[in-house]
Amino acid sequence: MSTEGVDTSRRRFLTLATTGMGVVGGAAVVWPFLASLRPSAKAQAAGAPVTVDLTAVEPGQKLSVTWRGKAVWVVRRTPEMVASLDKVTADLTDPESKSSLQPAYVKGAGRSIKPDVLVTIGNCTHLGCIPTFRPEHPAPDIHPHWEGGFFCPCHGSKFDLAGRVYKGSPAPVNLVIPPHRFASDLSVVIGEDQA
Amino acid sequence: MAIVPNPYKTTGFLGWIDDRFPLTKLWKDHLSEYYAPKNFNFWYYFGSLALLVLVNQLITGIVLTMHYKPGAETAFDSVEYIMRDVPWGNIIRYMHSTGASAFFIVVFMHMYRGLLYGSYKKPRELIWVFGALIFLVLMAEAFCGYVLPWGNMSYWGAQVIISLFGTIPVIGPDVVIWVQGDYSPADATLNRLFSLHVIALPFVLVGLVVAHLIALHEVGSNNPDGVEIKKHKDKATGIPLDGIPFHPYYTVKDIVGVTVFLMIFAGIIFWAPDGGGYFLEKPNFTPASAINTPEHITPAWYFGSFYAILRATPPLFGSALPGVIAMFGAVLVIFFVPWLDRSPVKSIRYKGPLFKIALTLFTIAFIALSYYGMQPPSPLGKLVSQIGSVVYFLFFFLMPVYTKMDSYKTEPERVTHDAH
Amino acid sequence: MTLTKILASGLLALAGIGASGAALASSGGAELQYFRADTGNLPSLQRGARDFMAYCSGCHGLKYLRYNRLAQDLQIPEELLKANLMFTSEKPGDTIVSALPKNAADWFGAQPPDLSLTARSRGAEWVYTYLQSFYLDPSRPLGVNNTVLPGASMPHVLWELQGLQAKVEHHGEAAAEGEHGAKPFELVQKGKLSPEEYKKFVGDLTNFLVYAAEPGRNHRIAFGWKVLAFLSVFFVLAYALKKEYWKDVH
Repeated sequence: MSTEGVDTSRRRFLTLATTGMGVVGGAAVVWPFLASLRPSAKAQAAGAPVTVDLTAVEPGQKLSVTWRGKAVWVVRRTPEMVASLDKVTADLTDPESKSSLQPAYVKGAGRSIKPDVLVTIGNCTHLGCIPTFRPEHPAPDIHPHWEGGFFCPCHGSKFDLAGRVYKGSPAPVNLVIPPHRFASDLSVVIGEDQA
Repeated sequence: MAIVPNPYKTTGFLGWIDDRFPLTKLWKDHLSEYYAPKNFNFWYYFGSLALLVLVNQLITGIVLTMHYKPGAETAFDSVEYIMRDVPWGNIIRYMHSTGASAFFIVVFMHMYRGLLYGSYKKPRELIWVFGALIFLVLMAEAFCGYVLPWGNMSYWGAQVIISLFGTIPVIGPDVVIWVQGDYSPADATLNRLFSLHVIALPFVLVGLVVAHLIALHEVGSNNPDGVEIKKHKDKATGIPLDGIPFHPYYTVKDIVGVTVFLMIFAGIIFWAPDGGGYFLEKPNFTPASAINTPEHITPAWYFGSFYAILRATPPLFGSALPGVIAMFGAVLVIFFVPWLDRSPVKSIRYKGPLFKIALTLFTIAFIALSYYGMQPPSPLGKLVSQIGSVVYFLFFFLMPVYTKMDSYKTEPERVTHDAH
Repeated sequence: MTLTKILASGLLALAGIGASGAALASSGGAELQYFRADTGNLPSLQRGARDFMAYCSGCHGLKYLRYNRLAQDLQIPEELLKANLMFTSEKPGDTIVSALPKNAADWFGAQPPDLSLTARSRGAEWVYTYLQSFYLDPSRPLGVNNTVLPGASMPHVLWELQGLQAKVEHHGEAAAEGEHGAKPFELVQKGKLSPEEYKKFVGDLTNFLVYAAEPGRNHRIAFGWKVLAFLSVFFVLAYALKKEYWKDVH
């Protein structure tokens, strides 16, 4: 064995090229294993969009449905409820929902596509409890300026009728609005984006 | 308290490690300063390939276990779930199922290499014994895995193999029920085989592989000439004159072998994952059924030879016990090869005609047994299996006689090697 | 005896094992017709899917195949899928289950099997031959029997298309000359399709069932080419690297 007369540059090139290609190949092998851990077709089918029929929901009522294992609320807001949203702006942490999660097509104080229908995920943004629906007002036991909304029994977070969080609540941001669209006037599909 | 500086004079982070853990020592002892004979040939790829397939089985197995649901009601559906609903699940499952067959091909070649070049002879007896243990555990592991999809072939395979325990005199029937945990192969059976397949046996297997390698690196590798390279060392450095460091020389060589292997492996996974019905049997695409036996219950191809020996052995007093003893004996006898070979030389290159004839007959017998073990019973198959079984056992039992009687050529002092 | 010879004999024996593997399928003694599935033929698969839904899905399910997977793999637009193929469900993520109730065994004597894996458990050629091997047999409750699966409790659902055929009994010399040339059936009542059209119809259906038995088949083969291409290039590099290093070894 001897290493006399070795073309070291050729050797270095081949070593680097083989190593490089080996690393690329190794990464390509790792990919399918990681990808196999994503939600399967079965989980995706179970988490398929949910269509909610609003004909049976009276104005002022809340309906709970499940989408992707989460509680989703659909609230039909009365004109008074819609009007009340502007009255509490000063008491809110993020009234314009700048740092809260919601689709781009959901706009304004009402955080909805149509003013009278609110669709929101029913998990408190603090630690995930389900707040209770408290439409009645005034309710001085909750808040001096209560115009109706959601109250979390776990740690006392308060949200208005657009799911916007009140100042002083442990929850940092507003309730999350899931992707949704209207298939017809009184039929909302949760889990699909508005075109 | 001062630390004694490590003997490798490494500094920095590596030095910090080496002062506390023999990292550089392990690297040098097992790779960069492990001196292997320079004359390894084709047959010497299969050791590293076996390690590669083991890693493949472990990694794909871990992922499959995340998706598979043991249980008589859920297993079959969960395998189809993996095949269809899990992203890349079909490829991962095929890697595992093809890997099982590849494992046996590679291990058979690896063992055959040992027979060719006398790799089991002194001082390598323990390497061989650890290897034979690996083979035994591998067979148990493969059987357990075979049952997991809970297809109809899985079910009846489990039925047939577990029934073997029933041939034990007196307590046999009770042992069968105890092994099954039920009165026939059932939910409980599947769950315990799952536990063995994913925890107990892999644990033992990996331990044995480590022991196999430690023993190998203690005494050094044999080679196709069967001469000890440690007999001729460089006086100044103490390095065997016919030895080359495993790394880089055999790492770069094994990478070539691995690439060729992977091309064949990929060919099967992507174009013929059923292996023509031998790697994934057709009846196993129907769920387990206790009332419908597949037309031909055949073992997985790698058990064919041992199954043929089982069937070829005549019953005694109406009991299949002799067949079961013969079958397990066929595996056990492998352990004793180091002490059965009395030839003064190791490699077939320098052994006489008797050994070459014996090994040829053994090779033919093993292939014929593997073939007829997978066929439905027939008079010809029975006759060939019986002759094959006799040849199989005579190869081992007569080994002390023919290897002693045999002529031999004197081994060279140094290995024969043509530089390319 | 050299090593090469030992190896050669081993390889020959292995080749023999491989070749004999094809004949293992059980077929009630009937000879299976040659059929090679082509799951890359999308129009054939689409016709097969349509025909399966029209003629088979009333009794047979494909419980491991999801409608949306089918639509995606066969490039069927969702509207077409919902309008023409989804008879038993409204959700595209659902699997294809049959419309039959669980007690269907009371009507047929046996629950019609799920066909998700039939093309893998029986083989494509079995399915292809089976669908062409119904013949009139007054001794059976439904008046038909099948040479591939004698005593099958399935009615000949496709008789309107194929027509009705009778089994031809080959006696004496004809039988002795071998069954290869002799036709096993003769058509006694014509169907809507010509024999050639019916063969093509059954071919599409079989092709579809081969797809349904392994929806990942096309992707696996396509991906295989990429893997082999990578390994081929890697081999050239690895081989050159090995040659380079082994110049040291004399």
